[in-house]
Amino acid sequence: MSESAASTSTGNAGEAAAKRPAVQLLGITKAFPGVVANSDVTLVALEGEVHCLLGENGAGKSTLMNILSGMLEPDSGDILVGGAPVEIDSPRKALQLGIGMVYQHSTLIPTLTVLENLMLGATGLVLDVRGARARLAELAGMLGVQVDPDAVTGTLALGQQQQLEIIKALWRGSKVLILDEPTSMLTPQGVAELAAVLVRLKAHGLAVIFITHKLHEAVEMGDRVSILKQGRLVGTIEPGELRAASPEELQARIVRIMFGEATQEIADVAELERSVEGHRPRRELPSELAIELLHVSAAGDRGQVGIHDISLPVRHGEIMGIAGVDGNGQRELAEAVAGQRPLAAGEIRLDGRTISTLSVARRERLGLRYVTDDRLGEGTVSRLSVALNLVLKRIGEAPFWRRGVIQKGAIDAQASELVARFDVRTPSTETRLGTLSGGNIQKVLLARELSFEPRVVVYNKPTYGLDVRTTRAVRARIREQAERGVTALVISTDLEELVDLCDRIAVLSRGRLAGIVANEPGAARRVGELMVGRTVEG
Amino acid sequence: MSDTAATESAELAAARPGRLGALADTLVRSVGPVVLALVAGAVILAALGRNPGTFYGDIVEGGLTRGNGLQESIIRAAPLLLIAAGLIVVFRANIWNLGIDGQFLLAGVIVAGVASPLDDALPNGLALVLLWLLAGAVGAVWTLVPAFLRAYYGVNEIITTLMMTFIGINVANLFIKGPFRDFESTNVPQTSVLPVERRLPDLPGTRIHAGIVVALVALVVVHYVMTRTSFGLRLNVLGANPRAAVHFGLSVKRLIMVSFAVSGMLIGFAAAAEILGVWGYVRADWDPAFGLIVVPLVFLARLNAIAVIPFVALLAVLSIGGDLAARRAELPNDFLLVLVGLILLFMAITEYLGRKRELGQSYLTEGLRQSLRRRAGR
Amino acid sequence: MIAVGDVFTEGFLTALVAGGLLAGIPLLLAALGETISERAGVLNIGLEGMMLMGAYVGFSGALYSGYTWVGFGAGAGAGIFVALFMVGLCVRLGLDQIVVGIALTLGAEGLTSLLHGAVLTERPRLGAVELVTIPGLSEIPVLGRSVFSQHLVVYLTIGGVIAVWWLFRSTTFGLSLKAAGDKPAALDAAGVSVYRTRGYAVLATGSLAGLGGAYLAIVGAGTFEPFMTNGAGFIAIILAMLARGRPFWVVAGSLLIGMSLQLQTALQVARIDIPIDVVNMLPFLAVIVVLLLFGRRAYLPAALGLPYVRGAR
Repeated sequence: MSESAASTSTGNAGEAAAKRPAVQLLGITKAFPGVVANSDVTLVALEGEVHCLLGENGAGKSTLMNILSGMLEPDSGDILVGGAPVEIDSPRKALQLGIGMVYQHSTLIPTLTVLENLMLGATGLVLDVRGARARLAELAGMLGVQVDPDAVTGTLALGQQQQLEIIKALWRGSKVLILDEPTSMLTPQGVAELAAVLVRLKAHGLAVIFITHKLHEAVEMGDRVSILKQGRLVGTIEPGELRAASPEELQARIVRIMFGEATQEIADVAELERSVEGHRPRRELPSELAIELLHVSAAGDRGQVGIHDISLPVRHGEIMGIAGVDGNGQRELAEAVAGQRPLAAGEIRLDGRTISTLSVARRERLGLRYVTDDRLGEGTVSRLSVALNLVLKRIGEAPFWRRGVIQKGAIDAQASELVARFDVRTPSTETRLGTLSGGNIQKVLLARELSFEPRVVVYNKPTYGLDVRTTRAVRARIREQAERGVTALVISTDLEELVDLCDRIAVLSRGRLAGIVANEPGAARRVGELMVGRTVEG
Repeated sequence: MSDTAATESAELAAARPGRLGALADTLVRSVGPVVLALVAGAVILAALGRNPGTFYGDIVEGGLTRGNGLQESIIRAAPLLLIAAGLIVVFRANIWNLGIDGQFLLAGVIVAGVASPLDDALPNGLALVLLWLLAGAVGAVWTLVPAFLRAYYGVNEIITTLMMTFIGINVANLFIKGPFRDFESTNVPQTSVLPVERRLPDLPGTRIHAGIVVALVALVVVHYVMTRTSFGLRLNVLGANPRAAVHFGLSVKRLIMVSFAVSGMLIGFAAAAEILGVWGYVRADWDPAFGLIVVPLVFLARLNAIAVIPFVALLAVLSIGGDLAARRAELPNDFLLVLVGLILLFMAITEYLGRKRELGQSYLTEGLRQSLRRRAGR
Repeated sequence: MIAVGDVFTEGFLTALVAGGLLAGIPLLLAALGETISERAGVLNIGLEGMMLMGAYVGFSGALYSGYTWVGFGAGAGAGIFVALFMVGLCVRLGLDQIVVGIALTLGAEGLTSLLHGAVLTERPRLGAVELVTIPGLSEIPVLGRSVFSQHLVVYLTIGGVIAVWWLFRSTTFGLSLKAAGDKPAALDAAGVSVYRTRGYAVLATGSLAGLGGAYLAIVGAGTFEPFMTNGAGFIAIILAMLARGRPFWVVAGSLLIGMSLQLQTALQVARIDIPIDVVNMLPFLAVIVVLLLFGRRAYLPAALGLPYVRGAR
């Protein structure tokens, strides 16, 4: 491993020195059947610089970076590393060329130890444990972080896991580091730590490509920002401009680049961005509880945290946010409420009546609904029609079934009505659900869960992965339901979303309730503190 | 990787051939593997020094053209069709019941053992109906352990059903050598024989027993249930996406137990057809081993209870004609196993090529592929 | 009633232990192989077929060459040949592992039966094989003669178990195997070919299963019979699952099942007659009971049975 020392010895390629291009993507085009993911994209990453790649979901950011990291091969275009043309046909090749990638979805194996994860892919017959320990100490020092080499990876906090991912990407002396949406799983504090790590990496002369869909992050973290839209590079903001303009000016400019002059969308984006600061006006709520959790505990799946001793009273018409870093028991809580996960202890009451032992179906009849975050994995059956998907929680019931026999007329009528009411864009109600876009699938889910008089609705990451317009529509739907007295439990890892929507925000940390915060000015900071386990006085 | 998900759904949208194209595609993918398997089988026969032309000619002669060949093939089709019906019910629900032989054999032995005494005590018609139901019950009971292990512990049912077959074969033998043994017969242990005139009635003017009618009715019923009823939809949902089934509030454990039991019942019926229609008794170590050879046909028919009929017809001809061909070629009659293995292999390859071209639907339900994802214990 | 002391005579115990080893070694070899491929995420339902091919080809090799060793080599080779289908179709093309596994088992059952009928028409037998007796240890009463006087393959098998244990524990390949089974995408991202890792694992499985089959035919039976593995491959798959990737548990399980298979012979030595059907189903019954008791804890890698396609989720 001759390059292993390179990353540390490159030294301080300071501001003054002319920055050399570490990697150049020239005219990259990549098409999938029916979709052009990248069209003639040119991108240059310089040494000692953080280059932000900004774009909406589906803009082609991940495809571009998967091409650079060898997971995909481009249809046309050239890649230059250190000025020389290369062909990257596998992740191994990318690593050899000094390109390390931190994927959006963890590539760590939770059942292995930290050291084993790092040694994965090593050459030689026998594992070199001693050498690996030394290398880990070296890199941890460079990043300014601490990692226990013998800890089982699955037990580490997500922030630590991400630091480990970065160490792993640098393990073989990478000079280019790609970070794909690295902040999506982090607490505000974790984001700050990541920013500190990036500064140290730049100082060591690494080129960092930072992928994000959040405007303010791109502006804050990047030395240079490139904007992708529908597979094309639509604009670049150079370092000089970035330093000269104020964050507000930059954001406004980026919005114009991303959405052109279409005013409606600018308004949408501006509103979404502004909600970081704003908070929801206090509403008058009745004092009766709609749903109440009393000391609820439930086991987690293998390797996942369960929930422990959660007590949560929610009033009629209240929007209660559930904040927390992903994987801290949110899904388990939602499933326990919906009846998909048995309680180990405690009680759940709906309108004062205990429902702890009722089945999923019985709870559904009582008006308790669950909009799952796993839309394709459990929320729908993709090879069935839109119409059938809309009644899948009522199989066998009148008027859709009589004596167990399907009544197509009734199902189609219901489907037509819901498709119109919830603005589902589908060729017909007979279309296979799997062919719809993510946003329309979410609308199908909402339509199904909000029909038949809902009383309490659990929304799990209701806008995750949706475009700006659908996000806005979904949030409006949640608010509108709340106005009608339908209680909502909104689980989200997006703090901005919770601040925008909720009356109060409960915080989950390692499966426990860390606290409940009223949505007042400063709520975001207090929630962030609770997320990392610091207690708040009062 | 939301980009990937987006492209996937776009691919799905793009991959919709016309109606005619789809039909041709289905035909190629269903018949292609059979033709390829026959060709590869011919190569193997030639390698063994047998003339493939003569061998296949003998199959056609034995299974179709010779005297009672066609009638014998139809008689053979009856149990095979009932087994196919039983498999469709579970496969649709994302469950691999591969314990067919155990369920079949045990049901057959118990029916054969009880047949004569019951027929002496009751009117013939009533006795036959009761025996038929008894066979169904035995088949269903033999699925209980794998069904329970799968439903409550998440233990992989492929393995447990295969195990239950090995146990079932031995338990059947114990019955034949113990309580059901007819000591007046030969020195190979066997049950008493139900006289020919007391067995299932023949269709008028033929030697074909009524089992084939029951089998065809069963397939039509299964087809109706799977496509038109809430029970069928529940099984389909469970098969397509087990986690969704939980989310929709289906009682997954009960569905697993019930579909397993229905499957075992239909396979028990198959045994009733074979014993009450053809043999009238069971001899020790008798095992027609119909089980695994029906599996590929069900997939070729894409788990469609009507479409499976022509495939079973072909298998029945191969099975009956194969006996004659093997005898004349002085080979064991296990050539059918080779053919079925080859059909499965070519089916998998054809499906791969089809998937490459992004056409049509797959042989397996989405969930069936993922059935192994389930681990023991959650 | 027969007193317990009458049953557990030295003859009985010797027969039980010796028989257990004889019947347990093929199981052990196959289950050890399955442990490797399951760890890498490939559920190999074709194990039974690989054993049968190993048995037929191994027996033929020993018969025609006159050397037992040629037979074992041929058996392992036959297992690898069947495994090549699995590598090509399941690992490389990502076809359904269960469908291909069933196909290979059915095909091998039919093919070996046909070959037996067409080629081995004389029903030949092999003579007794040469045993290696360890001096000193073989003098120990009861265990001595039964354990320390075996064919060389038995000692090699024990060495193989230790080798697999070391492979899993201390080598880069062992680490890659576990990654291929738990999270293949992570292995791919680390620059190691998932196809190659899984491919080697399946080939190793094939060679071990083929060797197990050859042992069954050459040492165990001295001849080849159609369907002679009689479900051993399926038992081996279950053993591998229950052992949760720990080679020494595979040894314990195989020997236990081997002994229960040999109970009838041993009981005959002790003059107790129980029906062969009861004895035949004992190992299966034992496994079902074990599953009912411990089924919740059987371990399978997360990605077991799932084909790996780069870039897909």
